[in-house]
Amino acid sequence: MDKNTVKELQRKANQVRQSVIEEVYSAKSGHPGGSLSISDTLTYLYHVEMRVDPANPHWEERDRLVLSKGHTCPALYAVLAQKGFFDAEELKKFRHTGAMLQGHPDMKGTPGVDMSTGSLGQGISAAVGMAVAGKVKHAGWRVFTILGDGELEEGQVWEAAMFAAHHKLDNLIAVVDNNNLQIDGKVSDVCSVYPIDEKFRAFGWEVFTADAHDFESLEKAFQAAKAVEGKPSVILQHSVKGKGVSYMEDQAGWHGKAPNEQQYEQAMAELKAAAAELEV
Amino acid sequence: MADVKKIATRESYGRTLAQLGAENERVVVLDADLAESTKTCVFQAQFPERHFDCGIAEGNMASIAAGLAAAGMIPYFSSFAMFAAGRAYEQIRNSIGYPHLNVKICASHAGISVGEDGATHQCVEDIALMRNIPGMVIVNPADDTEASQAVRAIADWNGPVYMRLGRLAVPVINDPETYHFEIGKAVTLREGKDVTIIATGLMVARAMEAADQLEQQGISVRLINMHTIKPIDKEAIVKAAQETGRIVTAEEHSVIGGLYSAVCETLLETDNGSCKVRPVAVMDQFGQSGPAEELLTLYGLTAENIVAKAKEVLA
Repeated sequence: MDKNTVKELQRKANQVRQSVIEEVYSAKSGHPGGSLSISDTLTYLYHVEMRVDPANPHWEERDRLVLSKGHTCPALYAVLAQKGFFDAEELKKFRHTGAMLQGHPDMKGTPGVDMSTGSLGQGISAAVGMAVAGKVKHAGWRVFTILGDGELEEGQVWEAAMFAAHHKLDNLIAVVDNNNLQIDGKVSDVCSVYPIDEKFRAFGWEVFTADAHDFESLEKAFQAAKAVEGKPSVILQHSVKGKGVSYMEDQAGWHGKAPNEQQYEQAMAELKAAAAELEV
Repeated sequence: MADVKKIATRESYGRTLAQLGAENERVVVLDADLAESTKTCVFQAQFPERHFDCGIAEGNMASIAAGLAAAGMIPYFSSFAMFAAGRAYEQIRNSIGYPHLNVKICASHAGISVGEDGATHQCVEDIALMRNIPGMVIVNPADDTEASQAVRAIADWNGPVYMRLGRLAVPVINDPETYHFEIGKAVTLREGKDVTIIATGLMVARAMEAADQLEQQGISVRLINMHTIKPIDKEAIVKAAQETGRIVTAEEHSVIGGLYSAVCETLLETDNGSCKVRPVAVMDQFGQSGPAEELLTLYGLTAENIVAKAKEVLA
């Protein structure tokens, strides 16, 4: 990945982060922390990796993404708007009554959303189902799914993991967003899911790691995952919850809370300063 | 009815599903380590590449079905009613119901006629659970003829369906040459003016016996086979209330949330609350172990009890 591409992706991801803050501020609710930790990954996937057609969101041959950690949809919505799946004006109405952008992803109402998610543990299974469909149809598309690390506490994740390896779903790439924070505190304190890499390996998956906030690292991991044959891959991405907004970083308290006016101003000022730095 | 041919609706399901597999490449089948019991083994033998045994993990299986449907397949999800509607309820609600995905949940071993396995495996709440999900269609076939046609009809229906199937062999009451199944359209098996029996599933055959007994006593009985619980045929219910003024419902399900509830709700919302209604159902109890026929008798799911309830509303 050349420097210009990295810079361009950083610009886009910064925009996504600004949208996340604006969405959550406008809704006076939502989940900024986890949205900010996956902003770079979603930016990378939709702008580099995935074959999608915003003019034809149901294009049969498209790659699919299931946001298993559905509560972090503000970041997904921001990237989908960036891609042109719908008007960015919709972002301002996130979680408002009658709005297109629901509190958790709604595939029926939102162009570009491939699966309705929000109840943790179910998205990865749905992604597995899509991967199975791809195999049955001998289709070339891939399925990506993003899980939270806390989400791994749901037993269904491991049911899905077992099935995916058993059926050699090498058209499936999962991402575990490992920021080590869930609502009640550190994942390692609440009910530890570690070691995540060894668990997935034991379940028959190929495991890669990445720095969730480094596009070159993400690219390397996804390229390696795509080359795997005969089994599903998981990218364990080390991320910072709240990444890009100083007072939200690594704070469980910002899992599902909207900033007040002053906090909003500060977050936007920080993100805009970071954007300006990218232009230097 | 000793001379009548008896077939379990799960057998009808397995046989027809395999035929459907040959006709429609989009049909895929999911099972949870019960392929021999749910009879998806017939499909599995013919189309192993489209049959997925998910192991004993029904929640995962429901969400996998959702993913398959989202990618254009027509998944038939098979397990026991207890583990489909019960265990996987929230996955069915959120992964299948909310996005209105084209998944066919075909649950066998419904009701207490499961028999010896006992209460943990006898689901009498499945209709109640599934009725609460917006957009969910609920079909409860009475016999082999109806079940076979329903397996095909639900494939043509775009949206989630819950179909209830039984373990017990039940009388074949509909003639495959003349019978026509249509989702949401109740079948009037007998016209009558004194009382209406609205039955569903294996209780339809029992209601036929009850109707015979009542007719012999000079009581004119209308008999309705309510094979679709949702969307329920309101017209048939309202007409029965207006024309007979008395209704007995008969179902192998809890009295709470099933056919009886659906009929009463329809009557109240259509100002026919004055119609007398009595249920033959499992009266807010768990089941227990025992041979199916003995349990059906023990829990009052009999022609005799339907007759008794008819007399109550006629009194």
